[in-house]
Amino acid sequence: MAATESTIDPMHQFQIDSLAGPLGSPFAFTNSALWMMIVLGAILVFMLGGMKRELVPGRWQVAVEGVTGFISSMIDTNIGPEGRRYLPWVFTVFIFVLFANLMGMMPFGVIPGVHPFTVTSHFTVTGVLAVISFSIVLIVGFWKHGFHFFSLFIPHGTPKPLLPLIFLIELLSFLVRPFSLALRLFVAMIAGHILVKVFGSFVVSGLNSEGLLGPGVALLSFVFIAGVSALELLVCTIQAYVFALLTSLYINDAVNLH
Amino acid sequence: MDFASAQVIGAGLAAIGVGAAATGVGNVFGSFLQGALRNPAAADGQQGRLFIGFAAAELLGLIAFAVAMIILYAR
Repeated sequence: MAATESTIDPMHQFQIDSLAGPLGSPFAFTNSALWMMIVLGAILVFMLGGMKRELVPGRWQVAVEGVTGFISSMIDTNIGPEGRRYLPWVFTVFIFVLFANLMGMMPFGVIPGVHPFTVTSHFTVTGVLAVISFSIVLIVGFWKHGFHFFSLFIPHGTPKPLLPLIFLIELLSFLVRPFSLALRLFVAMIAGHILVKVFGSFVVSGLNSEGLLGPGVALLSFVFIAGVSALELLVCTIQAYVFALLTSLYINDAVNLH
Repeated sequence: MDFASAQVIGAGLAAIGVGAAATGVGNVFGSFLQGALRNPAAADGQQGRLFIGFAAAELLGLIAFAVAMIILYAR
């Protein structure tokens, strides 16, 4: 029993392996890079399939227009007419995160030797996305408002004695934004995958054990995995939506101040 | 107490935060539903705020999970 348990390591699925070039050098082609390219290919196929501009849209075009319309209406309600300028970035981040999350959940593992890799389960990837969003906020804020941008940190009607304290708190909550944005996505992905993997190991060790209890536990765990996988698909889309929503809200702060 | 058992106990204590965040997320959606059923016309306009509240509540649970994992896999 101990031997089978030690072979199933729930963290192994997040390991970065080099496919070409030495691991650790900046030119190594890793499995993360490979899956990013697969994700980009899937996005390309999805978008190009629906961009034929037919007068009577088919199913595919309706699907693509649903996604683009969803993001553009989110931008319109959150930022206003000026927000159209930031639509490309918000849409990019939404569809990349959505496809990366969903590709990580796909059961490619049924093909021997293939293992899906969730690109967004690494803090470096989500961190870069969050830092780009945060830089857009900073650049746009200082470009449009100059040093008046600092008034973002002072809510209207703050009593004078409280000003330094409120300023500090608001500044801190502003600076922690890219961190929380990146952390939320990557931890949500990691947590779901670990949960599925741990219950998968229950199935394996339950089937390997003697007696009636083992297969019963295995069956229960298997049913649980099916439910958790459905929940994870929901979490994948919610996390992509939340990332795009918070990005647009932060950009709204920079564009319109308060 | 040796290091390994202290580690597991600490990770379990940190995981309490995940359950607390579950209460928070349930509260967010429950309160939204309560308000939405009283005034369904205004519900659609508040969905953005719903997910902001959800994101804020969920983040703290995820941080608790991350802390539990850091404790559990610390060497």
